[in-house]
Amino acid sequence: MEGLFSLSGAVTTVVILLITVFLFCEGLGLFKSSAVEKGYVLCVNSANPVNSLKSYDIKQIFDYEIENWINVAGDYDKEITVFRFEEVFDRYSEDELGADYNLLPEKLGEIISSDAGIIAFIPEKYTPKNVEGVKILKENNISLSDFFAGSEWIPTATPAPQFGVLPLITGTLWVSLFAILIALPLGIGVAVYLSELAGERMRKLLKPLIELLAGIPSVVYGFFGLIVLVPLVQRVFNLSVGETGFTGSVILAIMALPTIISVAEDAMRNTPRAMREASLALGATHWQTIYKVIIPYAASGISAAVVLGIGRAIGETMAVLMVTGNAAVIPATLFEPVRTIPATIAAELGETAAGSSHYQALFLLGCILFIITMLISITAEMISKRQLNKGL
Amino acid sequence: MNKKINQSIAFWIFRLLGLLVVGLLFWILGFIIYNGISVINWEFLTTAPSDGMTSGGIFPAIVGTCCLMAGSVVVAFPIGVMSAIYTNEYAGNGKIVKFIRIMTNNLSGIPSIIFGLFGMTLFVNSMGWGDSIIAGSFTLGLLVLPLVIRTTEEALKAIPDSFRTGSYALGATKLQTIRRVILPMAFPNILTGLILAVGRVSGETAPILFTAAAYFLPKLPSSIFDQVMALPYHLYVISTSGTDLEATRPMAYGTALVLIAIVLLVNLLASTLRRYFVKKVKTN
Repeated sequence: MEGLFSLSGAVTTVVILLITVFLFCEGLGLFKSSAVEKGYVLCVNSANPVNSLKSYDIKQIFDYEIENWINVAGDYDKEITVFRFEEVFDRYSEDELGADYNLLPEKLGEIISSDAGIIAFIPEKYTPKNVEGVKILKENNISLSDFFAGSEWIPTATPAPQFGVLPLITGTLWVSLFAILIALPLGIGVAVYLSELAGERMRKLLKPLIELLAGIPSVVYGFFGLIVLVPLVQRVFNLSVGETGFTGSVILAIMALPTIISVAEDAMRNTPRAMREASLALGATHWQTIYKVIIPYAASGISAAVVLGIGRAIGETMAVLMVTGNAAVIPATLFEPVRTIPATIAAELGETAAGSSHYQALFLLGCILFIITMLISITAEMISKRQLNKGL
Repeated sequence: MNKKINQSIAFWIFRLLGLLVVGLLFWILGFIIYNGISVINWEFLTTAPSDGMTSGGIFPAIVGTCCLMAGSVVVAFPIGVMSAIYTNEYAGNGKIVKFIRIMTNNLSGIPSIIFGLFGMTLFVNSMGWGDSIIAGSFTLGLLVLPLVIRTTEEALKAIPDSFRTGSYALGATKLQTIRRVILPMAFPNILTGLILAVGRVSGETAPILFTAAAYFLPKLPSSIFDQVMALPYHLYVISTSGTDLEATRPMAYGTALVLIAIVLLVNLLASTLRRYFVKKVKTN
């Protein structure tokens, strides 16, 4: 029986361990998967000095944003011709391609070798092998810098899906930090009111109400935000869409309030009576005591409240998903649609095939989120420990 | 004099802020209750959605959420209570307990979407349970485990040591003391924690997105390996991705109101229990 108890005691640790293992196992697979869509290859004319292309270059070439090889391959001054596999059916009839398309590789070879500036995106099984004039580009894996320094998140782009995480990270941080900026003065104000000004009866009434605010499900907040705040923000700030980072921040601020209030209030109430009375005895007013003695004393508790609030805001999924508009671009202002890491996972995971690079990228996002929140938990832990030591 | 004016200005600001937060709560609650109350009727609560979610009710979602609530209790309750018994009664105050407490704290800080990802890889894929009640229950159970552990620990801590020593003095073993003295005394508080945990489970969406929830099911689940509809997920889909959002609005208000009602009920139940318990201890 005792063994069973200690075993249960270890469960939380084991779960954290398992989460780490599973998340990283799936997520780190991304760096082993090819930058080009599975089952396809890129071919160029053999006169082209290029041997391999970076994921972002491929995307720009196929979006016609890079139009000359000189921009990616040094001194090879040739217009780029983009050739997608479907185009082969425009050039050759079904008959010419033979039964079961067995002549297809040969024809593709002809096309590629006849154009010095071509880049062709074709299925692996139709690759023209050992044909003169055709060079198959070496497969590149998605690199760390593609992921962490990439500024575009377009997981469905062909031939090279873009998994740049920067817009999502900036989106998450912007929305969460701004939420705390809104919630902090409010929360501390209410905490001061509760711990210093409110009578016992008022406190008994307010505390459960604030607890109730914490109990409302995030999806209900999201629904409220979608129906009330989104049109409100749109009208007040005269925007084309109301689904903005700012809307998300406001909802998150409301959601983070109960955490901030209760932690900050606890910290203030822990101020030793002697300190208060000393301050009052020196002729300070109650208000002077509050902001010269109590708030400084509770500072580390308040910062723990801030850190916990940020942690809650960063991880919040549903409410943010419903009100921020989910545009995966690096936001210039808070008044445009943004997208956060948890919202991306929630919105996209359902549509991906297990084991695909998109799936792995989403798990890697999960890893990033996991690391951020663990760091936040540990920071809060350290801060409140300091508070505890001070109390002794 | 200046000091006094400053003080009264500052205090009025604080009072206003307090009022603002309460106002905010009543705004949100009032908005949903006001718009949702006309939708709620017997039919809404007892029939399945029909006509592309624009009419009918939310019965399967209510049943689904109840299944998930029950399932997660089955997972979290025994583990959570035993874990709390271990840290509070057996482990003393050493490094191990500190470590376990930190880990429990950290676990409660992990975002719910991460639990969703984890549940999907472990329970849905590795265990091969698929999207099902059991996979969702395990995911949600782990999510609320820290909450159950913490409230149980507090319940155990609240029991004076004299009860323990008294029991030992009568010759009871440690296990007997826990079973006969400590657990019965702590039970109401443990129950309170459990109720709060269940309330949390009822509203969580992100963890069940990929582990249990279905967009629409005309039938009720027949085994724990079936997918279910769930209230929070239902609210999410009908308020964001319908063909006719205006027509599904009333359904969404109704669903939101049911969710809020569950939360209110849970809070009420928990605080009543707490008060009852405090009274009982006093009379003892």
